Amino acid sequence: MTKQVEQLDQVIIRFAGDSGDGMQLTGDRFTQETAAFGNDLSTLPNFPAEIRAPAGTLPGVSSFQLHFADHDILTPGDAPDVLVAMNPAALRANVNDLEPGATVIVDTHDFTARNLGRAGYATSPLEDGSLGAYDVHPVDLTNMTVEAIKEFELTRKDAERAKNMFALGLLCWLYGRPTEGTEQFLGTKFARVPNIRDANMAAFRAGWNFGETTEDFAVSYQIKPAAMASGTYRNISGNLALSYGLVAASVQSGLPLFLGAYPITPASDILHELSKHKRFGVTTFQAEDEIAGIGAALGASFGGALGVTTTSGPGIALKSETIGLAVTLELPLVIVDVQRGGPSTGLPTKTEQADLLQAMFGRNGEAPVAIVAPRSPADCFDAALEAVRIAITYRTPVMLLSDGYLANGSEPWQLPDIDALPVIDPRFATQPNHDGADGVGHFWPYLRDPETLARPWAIPGTPGLEHRIGGLEKADGHGNISYDPRNHDLMVRTRKAKIDRIADTVEPVFVEDPGSRARVLALGWGSTYGSIGAACRRLRERGLDIAQAHLRHLNPFPSNLGEVLSRYDRVVLPEMNLGQLAMLLRATYLVDVVGYNQVRGVPFSVAELEAAFTTIVEEVSR
Amino acid sequence: MTIEPMSGLQLVPRADEPTTRKDFSSDQEVRWCPGCGDYIVLAAVQSFLPSLGLRRENVVFISGIGCSSRFPYYLDTYGMHSIHGRAPAIATGLATSRPDLSVFVVTGDGDALSIGGNHLIHAMRRNVNLTILLFNNRIYGLTKGQYSPTSELGKITKSTPMGSLDKPFNPVSLALGAEASFVARTLDSDRAHLIEVLQAAADHRGTSFVEIYQNCPIFNDGAFDMLRDKDESEARLIRLRHGEPVQVGDREWVHDIHDPDPSRAFEISRIDDGSMTKVPVGIFRSVQRPTYDDLVRAQVETARTDDPEPDLASLIAGSDTWTI
Ligand code: SF4
Repeated sequence: MTKQVEQLDQVIIRFAGDSGDGMQLTGDRFTQETAAFGNDLSTLPNFPAEIRAPAGTLPGVSSFQLHFADHDILTPGDAPDVLVAMNPAALRANVNDLEPGATVIVDTHDFTARNLGRAGYATSPLEDGSLGAYDVHPVDLTNMTVEAIKEFELTRKDAERAKNMFALGLLCWLYGRPTEGTEQFLGTKFARVPNIRDANMAAFRAGWNFGETTEDFAVSYQIKPAAMASGTYRNISGNLALSYGLVAASVQSGLPLFLGAYPITPASDILHELSKHKRFGVTTFQAEDEIAGIGAALGASFGGALGVTTTSGPGIALKSETIGLAVTLELPLVIVDVQRGGPSTGLPTKTEQADLLQAMFGRNGEAPVAIVAPRSPADCFDAALEAVRIAITYRTPVMLLSDGYLANGSEPWQLPDIDALPVIDPRFATQPNHDGADGVGHFWPYLRDPETLARPWAIPGTPGLEHRIGGLEKADGHGNISYDPRNHDLMVRTRKAKIDRIADTVEPVFVEDPGSRARVLALGWGSTYGSIGAACRRLRERGLDIAQAHLRHLNPFPSNLGEVLSRYDRVVLPEMNLGQLAMLLRATYLVDVVGYNQVRGVPFSVAELEAAFTTIVEEVSR
Repeated sequence: MTIEPMSGLQLVPRADEPTTRKDFSSDQEVRWCPGCGDYIVLAAVQSFLPSLGLRRENVVFISGIGCSSRFPYYLDTYGMHSIHGRAPAIATGLATSRPDLSVFVVTGDGDALSIGGNHLIHAMRRNVNLTILLFNNRIYGLTKGQYSPTSELGKITKSTPMGSLDKPFNPVSLALGAEASFVARTLDSDRAHLIEVLQAAADHRGTSFVEIYQNCPIFNDGAFDMLRDKDESEARLIRLRHGEPVQVGDREWVHDIHDPDPSRAFEISRIDDGSMTKVPVGIFRSVQRPTYDDLVRAQVETARTDDPEPDLASLIAGSDTWTI
């Protein structure tokens, strides 16, 4: 039977199941195949904080959303076109996100009275008509999997576990995905357990063949490759890109990377990743606590290494005192905050942008640090390099504000030309820098570079430059302890001025306004870039004018930002917090920024931003 | 992996010419209270450092917060006066990334045993190549006289007008419990003993923990007088010597600082029941075990030997790429 093939320009699929069902793996594999096929894509994993919540319950549901298209896209998408639900709880937890007409593929195997009850269903939604608005495909995926692989004589439990591969095979058929990558992947992953490998392979093929033969799916779909700039691509998540950015910065600066970290969600993957790259001279230190993690990184910086610590918001709270020390020692240090829902333990696996003011002000005294934020998963690479550049050039701690969405979300990344990466010169001090009254050369650790205001970095082992630094206020220049009031005032202002000077070496903020007529500017920072950009495109498609600008540098701001803000009648600023950047902009530029805020632990939907922007654009043009 | 026994200073460059006490003294005015025991320890350290034969620029002192933590300012080496309790963590990062440095940590009873207790025990557990000097004056000096985690029970201070209620630590027992590979105790008043212990501590590869009884004449004067008085000290001090007999209760054995089992060293540490009737001083334990920093560097070395010229481009490309 030859089936009908329909062309689509984009699809949003969500795989949902129990934490133990392997939905993240399924999503990852589908993503790899989609990337290899050449579609543009963006992904959003969503998993519970509990490692294994009770099976079949709502808190145990884990999902993976993938948006792919034949054109350039910016977000993992709002409402899924297709939901794959592996049990009643997965259906219940996700069905409300669907638009009428969406496709729902359900594994019916677990739709027993007991499991329906666990998910909170009184009657089966497959029978009571409540799914009437959707195109539902009830399939006993579990039994079909067990049947398809019975020759391998696995235990019933092991056989059932291959059902995610059956589902993957079916979806790969439905959307014309290549299969070689997954077959290779299974071959490597289960190389040591051949019957599990073969069973998974058989389940995957059985899923594909089921699609091909069943009458339940009459149509399959094609989504042509997207026109992307020529180059070599890979798919990459934010935590991985950030890790690679740090390794690249270490190579580009010639400084060995020293990571001091304590495990914390959603930042631990950076520790895991970097621990694999010792051949690049990377040292990873799993510390006894967050404070020791940053302490060791600062100690390594004092010794001339590239000191980095990685954490999430609660960890920043613990590291604050050491960040303050690094501010006054004026040593390079990179602090990565993969933001998650707060306050306190909050929502460990969900995303939020509510640590901006903590990064900005969360220390005693006047203790400014530079702040850099990536805007997409792949952009974490460049942002990490930029954070290191600032830290080394200006001898300062730098906060790199990622978030849970960037950390785990992924997108295609055009591999950079390694030879074109910036070279970062640590410029260690090797000579005395001051002639004393005695005619002898002395080393003054706080005698600054007149241009950057950075102090010299003299590392232990350098003869003749022995010096002491510490948390007590230091005299300008020679750096000895000073309690002089005027000196303190000078040093406080100088530390601030040094951070402000970073703006001299930062790109001006770029405004995208295709028609050059916009009177409203949509501004953002961090991971909201995709949603804001997609919403702006939709407005423009409808003939409405809106400009977009996105900040990479949160402290200091790019030097043209005040002028840019003043050009627009209205500035709208979506943030996944209650208006933290808005507060800073109002205070700095006296601009009446309009916030659009939500803290639901998930990225903005494009639809909600489209609606919000439309209201403002219409108001302004009235 | 096996680690050959080696000195804590083995990888630190030696000075071409002998250094002197003056080379190690900074131009900063020392600002402890008159009569403070810290002066004696500073003088002892300044005069013993040249005997190590190291290049001055390869010696680093890291301290926390407290009176004794001003120490680095007075030594003309590299130094960092850090924050309260965190010196062992900072020193761990430095020592791990720089095998060519001799790293000292200067701390006090509040700094090391109260706010920084966690870092102290973990540094000792890991056996990072550090020499930790814990100045124990059994009081908070810099904050003007509150009881500390080594103050005797019932101590009347500004914060405990009716007497302190919490049992003090025995720092040597604590260090042995954390499996420190070198544990010693000495006194500010006995310069020769102090220098002897410091030398052995600096030479030891791994975390050397040295408790130094230090008098604070301002807030806890005379805390160790019974150990300083010539006649009385003879009755109270048990001077531990490797290979010599030591009496513990009604048992006696030959003191073996290299005993891999810390139990006997621990028993010796318990001779002082807190009353200071009998106080063992000297080296309790000195055993060789792999240091954390050596092991970390060995892993990096192994990885580099396996792949001497790692390629950044192939790292970031990974295995799943496509070309347009
Ligand atoms: S308060 Fe005590 S410990 Fe501190 S400097 Fe004065 S005498 Fe020394």
